[in-house]
Amino acid sequence: MAPKTIIEKVWEQHVVHREEGKPDLLYIDLHLVHEVTSPQAFEGLRMHNRKVRRPDLTYATMDHNVPTVNRHIINDPISKTQMETLDQNCKEFGIELADIDHPDQGIVHVIGPELGLTQPGKTIVCGDSHTSTHGAFGALSFGIGTSEVEHVLATQTLWQTRPKTLQIKVTGKLGFGVTAKDLILAVIAKYGVNAGTGYIMEYTGEAIRQLSMEERMTVCNMSIEAGARAGLISPDEKTVEYLRGRRYAPQGEAFEKAADYWLSLATDEGAEYDRTLEIAGEEIEPQVTWGTNPSMGSGISASVPDPEQYDRQADRESIARALDYMDLSAGMKIEDIPVDYVFIGSCTNSRISDLRAAAEVAKGRKVQEGITAIVVPGSQTVKQAAEAEGLDKIFTEAGFEWRESGCSMCLAMNDDIVPPGKRCASTSNRNFEGRQGNGSKTHLVSPPMAVAAAVMGKFTDVRKLAEVHQ
Amino acid sequence: MKAINKFNGIVCPLNRVNVDTDQIIPKQFLKRIERQGFGQFLFHHWRFDDEGNKREDFVMNQMQYEQAEILVSGENFGCGSSREHAPWALLDYGFRVVIAPSFADIFYNNCVKNGILAIRLTEEEVEEITEKAEEPGYRLFINLKDQDITDRKGFVADFDIDPYWKEMLLNGWDEIAVTLNLDEEINNYENKVTAGQ
Ligand code: SF4
Repeated sequence: MAPKTIIEKVWEQHVVHREEGKPDLLYIDLHLVHEVTSPQAFEGLRMHNRKVRRPDLTYATMDHNVPTVNRHIINDPISKTQMETLDQNCKEFGIELADIDHPDQGIVHVIGPELGLTQPGKTIVCGDSHTSTHGAFGALSFGIGTSEVEHVLATQTLWQTRPKTLQIKVTGKLGFGVTAKDLILAVIAKYGVNAGTGYIMEYTGEAIRQLSMEERMTVCNMSIEAGARAGLISPDEKTVEYLRGRRYAPQGEAFEKAADYWLSLATDEGAEYDRTLEIAGEEIEPQVTWGTNPSMGSGISASVPDPEQYDRQADRESIARALDYMDLSAGMKIEDIPVDYVFIGSCTNSRISDLRAAAEVAKGRKVQEGITAIVVPGSQTVKQAAEAEGLDKIFTEAGFEWRESGCSMCLAMNDDIVPPGKRCASTSNRNFEGRQGNGSKTHLVSPPMAVAAAVMGKFTDVRKLAEVHQ
Repeated sequence: MKAINKFNGIVCPLNRVNVDTDQIIPKQFLKRIERQGFGQFLFHHWRFDDEGNKREDFVMNQMQYEQAEILVSGENFGCGSSREHAPWALLDYGFRVVIAPSFADIFYNNCVKNGILAIRLTEEEVEEITEKAEEPGYRLFINLKDQDITDRKGFVADFDIDPYWKEMLLNGWDEIAVTLNLDEEINNYENKVTAGQ
């Protein structure tokens, strides 16, 4: 048989119906649901008198709107309605829900893997573009709109046009102080926000193999910021070991059988992709974005670019507009940009290893006066684990606020908002205009780089701090 | 979903690239639990200043585009969040057609499911339309069945569309009803998977 990529293998296994001139009808193994993109879908079911076909393959949580200070004070009545609506819908349609009081509550893309719901070879969807996160396990996972949420609820399937395949090959090793976040930001800075449009990506290469499962999730999470709905990494022993013993993973003998199957899904030697892009791991330095989309970024040692140096008029215009919005001038050194807010959290960087890496830099240092710095764990489980290790103490002693789990300042739908005109170093995934609050300015960075900015008051190469420490 | 075939309307040129769904509909308006009523919030921060006054320099606020039903924009339109509130807002505001050199994948799907015709033209064609649309009352005539676009001044362009989506849009089908007709095949698939375990 001809060698195949994992993308083709998983796709083929899920085709329910194939017909000339039509997309494939794919079976969906896991449907994750949250409060923002689901109410209209459930309403649609009710209007047509339809049921949820497989409540047992559906799992819901509340994350986007939830308060992170006091779980039970929801100031915005519309947020409250949205959460209550999810609660009612889950009851009515028989769907398991990790609500605000549940010990498993957390950001949907953090808890899926944590509970072992996410597994290699599954098709996973959610009404959220960062569903690509689950690709770290070799699952075919992508974000869908609300009409598609309704379609999956009713039929457990989805019509999908078979996409092309794109290999992102990261050769070599990452240097000291360079994280998975820097890796993916560097890929997007190099190839742009629509490099992956129309493709499903697979990340390969030595630097990817070296990453832990949590780091792989950070990489796959941002596939959508390169335009790709899904980004996968072939499973290996790390994948298997991560899942062993997780609550919803197979147990005992069934686990060993599943593990063999999972490993067999890895891309075959010699399989071909429609397109391949490469980047050298050792050339990547800690990244900071300076603009209003995730590709507008560079290494920490660089300066803010001059729009006039770009060939295309569209680029000149959009970069000039971005600099105007970000209140930056061409030629300014990134290391001279001061920050007002620091946010550590989001489905990109709120797992235990992210918090450990951040705490390592925060330990024994102080957040500069005038800076608001918050740490928002990705789930209740992460929060408990961090507290058991004493990470919360390290953060609060350094002057960070320690919060409850949720999306929080990543999109500022709850009360965690960056005020107009203020500048935030954020470990999240989007720096769009107003993303963290109307008029807010977002710079995307890794957790250690966010802490470095908090303690130095401006963007700083975190590797320099380590030198001081040694 | 409302069927669409022949459609003509005034064109509004939004001359920007990478327009993301956070701009199309900012997050503070995602909390409603209905599908309707999002049009008033479309491009909120571009249309209104912090006091809620109209920004006169924003293209959609200019009188000549008030009745526009066709939006023309730069590449990678609709990137970012999967929020279907973006097409709901466009539709509710009155846009039935969006034209750009390229669209983000999820946004494109979301458009089709709501009866919005998202059309990919070449960058040159989009530029030509953008220029021509400066003239008040400039209209495009779209024929989905023949897959072409014309104006009154000799502009002609063909566009591609997946035949399945085309049929869906022409007929205004409820996709779930179509899929539920394949219920037996879905059952067979489920039985096969259960047997294999
Ligand atoms: S953390 Fe941010 S990006 Fe992730 S699911 Fe929540 S809002 Fe979306």
